[in-house]
Amino acid sequence: MEISFQINGENRSVQVEDENTPLLWVVRDVLDLKGTKFGCGKAACGACTLHVDGEAVRSCSYAVKFAKGKNIVTIEGLGTPERPHPVQQAWVEEIVPQCGYCQPGFMMATAALLSKNDHPTDEEIDANIINVCRCATYYRMRKAIHRAAELTRETNLQSTENS
Amino acid sequence: MAKKRVSRRKFLVRGALGTVGVLALGTYVFRGSIRRVIAKKLNSADAPYMGDTSTPLIWFEITDDNQIILYSPKVEMGQGTFTGLAQLAAEELEVDVSQIKVVHAPSATGNMDGFATGGSTSISALWVPLRELAATMREMLLIKAAEKWKVDRDKIRFSEGSFYLGENTMTFAEVTNGVSEWEIPDTPELKPTSEMKWVGKPVPRVDLKDKVFGAPIFGMDASLPNMLFGSVVRPSKIGSTFKNATFSEAEKMPGVIKIVLEKDFVGVVAKSYQEAENAKLAIEVEWETGEDWNTSAIKSMLTVGKGKPFTIQKEGDVEDVFESTEVIVSEYWSPIGAHAQLEPNGALAHVEEDKATIYMSTQVVKITRDEIADRLGKDKNQVNIVPTFLGGGFGRRLHTPNGIQAALMSKAVGRPVKCFFSRKEEFQNDTFRPPTHHVLKARLNDIGAIEAFEHNVSSGDVAFGSPMVPSIAEPILGADLGAWRGGMVQYGAIPNYQAVSWRIKLPFATSWWRSLGLLANTFAIESFMDELAVKTGKDPAQFRLEHIQKDDRGDRLSSVIKAVVEKSNYKDAVVKERAMGFAASTDASTPCAQVVEVSITDEEIKVHKVFCAMDPGLVVNPDQVRAQCEGAIIMGMSAALFEKMEVEKGELTPTIYGPYQMALMKHAPKEIDITLLQGSETPGAVGEPPLGPIGAAIANAVFRLTGKRLREMPLQHYLNS
Ligand code: FES
Ligand code: FES
Repeated sequence: MEISFQINGENRSVQVEDENTPLLWVVRDVLDLKGTKFGCGKAACGACTLHVDGEAVRSCSYAVKFAKGKNIVTIEGLGTPERPHPVQQAWVEEIVPQCGYCQPGFMMATAALLSKNDHPTDEEIDANIINVCRCATYYRMRKAIHRAAELTRETNLQSTENS
Repeated sequence: MAKKRVSRRKFLVRGALGTVGVLALGTYVFRGSIRRVIAKKLNSADAPYMGDTSTPLIWFEITDDNQIILYSPKVEMGQGTFTGLAQLAAEELEVDVSQIKVVHAPSATGNMDGFATGGSTSISALWVPLRELAATMREMLLIKAAEKWKVDRDKIRFSEGSFYLGENTMTFAEVTNGVSEWEIPDTPELKPTSEMKWVGKPVPRVDLKDKVFGAPIFGMDASLPNMLFGSVVRPSKIGSTFKNATFSEAEKMPGVIKIVLEKDFVGVVAKSYQEAENAKLAIEVEWETGEDWNTSAIKSMLTVGKGKPFTIQKEGDVEDVFESTEVIVSEYWSPIGAHAQLEPNGALAHVEEDKATIYMSTQVVKITRDEIADRLGKDKNQVNIVPTFLGGGFGRRLHTPNGIQAALMSKAVGRPVKCFFSRKEEFQNDTFRPPTHHVLKARLNDIGAIEAFEHNVSSGDVAFGSPMVPSIAEPILGADLGAWRGGMVQYGAIPNYQAVSWRIKLPFATSWWRSLGLLANTFAIESFMDELAVKTGKDPAQFRLEHIQKDDRGDRLSSVIKAVVEKSNYKDAVVKERAMGFAASTDASTPCAQVVEVSITDEEIKVHKVFCAMDPGLVVNPDQVRAQCEGAIIMGMSAALFEKMEVEKGELTPTIYGPYQMALMKHAPKEIDITLLQGSETPGAVGEPPLGPIGAAIANAVFRLTGKRLREMPLQHYLNS
C-alpha cells in the first residue's frame, strides 16, 4: 500500500508491503535517511527518536501507517552545518558526541523538550531525557541541553521582538 | 636509497621503523618466573604499535584540493583517536588540523593493525611511528619541490600545506603532480614537544560535524545498490551448537529470497529487514545444548582455589607472615557484565567471483579479514574490509563471526547482504565481562602499617581464548593478561605482597570489556585498602600514600592522590548526609585517583560529585582526555551500581535495556572535576584507566554513610539485601 507524509519539509509517498512496518525502517531503508538509528527495536533506548507532528517518537515501535498525512522531522531535517538547530549548535559547542551513535536520538528528544519548555530544570531534563548513551556522555549532554535552551530563548525573544 | 614507484593518488610512504611484538611469541623459553617479568612489563609498558610500518603501506593521500587524507589503522569508536592522530600528523606535516581528513584504512591499503584497536593504546602506540611517517612524507615532498624549482631545499619554506620560494608557491598537491617515483629519505628528526603547535591543544573532535548532523558513518548505515537483508538464527541457550534446521515454511514467506544453510548456522535472506526477521521465526533449528546453567552454579565454579593459579606478582614472602600471625581476610565479587554498545553488531558483505568487500564496525580489521578469507576460500588480498565508525566498541567487536555470516549469505545469493543482531541476540550472544571472585588477605603491624598483602582473583577468560591471543601464547603468559589487569598490588612499599590469578573456563564466551579486569580488581583491592585504613583509624588517602614506594611509578601515583585530595578537600566524615569515598588505581602506566560525594535517599545511592586526578603522561588533546574521563567515570558507575547479567535455565538474561539497568541522565553526577597531571614526556593510556577507582570509591562512601561494607557489585542491588 501507499502511504504519504511530509518528511523534512518534503512530501513523500512510500510503497510498503506491510503497513505495520516500523517507521524506522521506512525512514532508513526506503527513504535512505540513515541518521535515525536502530538500537533495540523495543522502545527501550531512544536511538530511533524522531519527530511526528512535533512530538518525540521512538520510531522503532511506531507503525508506518500512523504516519499517514503527518509531518515527520529526522536529524537530517533538524538543521544543517550552515543552519544548525540550537540543539545542534549547543552539541557542537560542548563537543558532546563520543561514538555518536545515540546522539541523533538525544538531540531529537532534546529539541522536542525545548519546543515545549525552553527553560528546563535539571529535574525536568532527568524526567524527559531518558535515552541510553553507552559512552555515557550525559555530563556534557546536560550542559549542552542548558546551552541549547539558552539559545532557544534568545531566538524566541528575537522572533517576538520582530513580530 | 631505494627508489619506490608510487602513483600520485596512492601516495606511499615507507617508514624506517622497527616494531616489537607485545606478546613476545615465537619461543617457548619463557617459563616460570620469567613469565612474571613479562607480566610486569605488560603491566607497566604501553603496547607498541603492532602493524607493519616497514613495508610501503598507504598512510597518506593528497587530493587535488590539497587535502591530506590520513588512513588510520586504528578505528574510531568514540575514544577520539582520529582527532589525536590528526594532531600528530599535522604537527610534522606543518599543516592545519583541518587540512587533514582521517579515514579508516580499508584492509586493501595494507595498513592494518595486526592486533586490535583497544586497551587504550592507539595514541601511545602511534605517537612516534605516525609522526615519523608524517615527517618522512614532508621530506619527500620537500625534495620534490626542490627538484621542481631547481634550488637547494634549504631555500624553501613551508607551512599550511604549501611550499614557498620567494614569490612562488606550490601546494603539496601541486608538488605531487606528474611525479611517479619518490625517493624515500631517512627518517628526519622529530620536533621536540616544546615546539609543538597542535599537541596539547583542545582541538574539537574531527568527527564532530558528522556526528551532530547525522551523517551515515556507522557499519549499520552502510548500503549498496541491490542490497538484501540477512538474518541469522542465534541460540538463546548458552553452550548451544548448531546441528540442523528445517525451513520449508520460512522459504515461502513474503520477501524471502533464500534460506542459507551452513555447517554452523542457518540464515534467511529477504528483501527487507522486517521480512527477514519474520521469516526467521518460522525456521526450526535443532541445537545441541549442554547443561541448564544458572547464576549460582556459575558463581560456585568461580571460586578462588578452584582452577589453575598463577602468581603474577611476588615480593617478599606473604605466606611466611600469614602463617605466624593474625590475618585479615575479605572476599569480594563482581557480576557478569554486558557490553550493551548502542550499535548492534552487523556487517554488509558483497561477495563476488574474484573479490569480497565487507563494510563493518570491527576492532580487529586484520583478524576479521583473515577469518573471512579463510572461510570463503579466497586469497587474503581478495577480501577488503572497509571499517566504519563504531557505535561503541568497548571490546564487543574483537570477535567478528558476524562478518563471516554476512559474507556467506552474500555469496549464496550473489548480491550484497546486510545482516545484524537484534538487541536480544546482542544480550544473549555477547562476549561478556567475566564475573570475578576475589580473596584479599593482609596483616597489619603494631603501628598500623601493612606487613603483608595478597590479592587472589578468580575470573573467567578475558584475553585467553580470543583470536588475538593464540593458544600457544597461553603457556608463555601463564595468566590471562586481561583478567589480571589492575589486579596487581600498586603499593610497593609493603614489604611482602603477591597477586595470584585463578583461571576458570566458563560455559559462555567472556572477553574484553572496557578496562578488562581493572574495574573488578580495583573494586576489590581498594575496598579492602579502605577496610584496612578504617581498622588503623588513619585517613584513607594518607594510608595509601604511606604504602607507596619511592620511584617514578610510585611518585606519579602519589601525585594524583595528593591532587585529588586537595581538589576535593577530602574529609573522612559524613557532612550534611553526604559522605566522600576515595580510591586509586594504576592501569597500564596511568595512575588515577578519585573522590566521590555520595548520599543515600529512599534507599538509592546517589553520586553527586566526582573528583578525578589522572596522570596519562603527555596529553595530546586535553578536551578529549577529559571526555574520556567523564564517560569512563559514568560508565564505571553504571556497572558498579546497576549492571548485572543473570543465568536462568541456561539462558543469559535480561535481554533488553531497562531490565539490564544502566546509568541514565538522572544518575549522572552533576559535577565532574578533572585534574590532569603530565608526569611523562610521552602519551600513555587514557580511555580505560579512569574506569578503575569509581566502584570502590562509591562503596567506600557508602560504608561511611551506612556502616555497611558492600562486597559485591552491583552496589545498588546489594545495598538492601
Ligand atoms: S531503537 Fe527505538 S528505542 Fe531503541
Ligand atoms: S555517544 Fe556512544 S552511545 Fe552515546
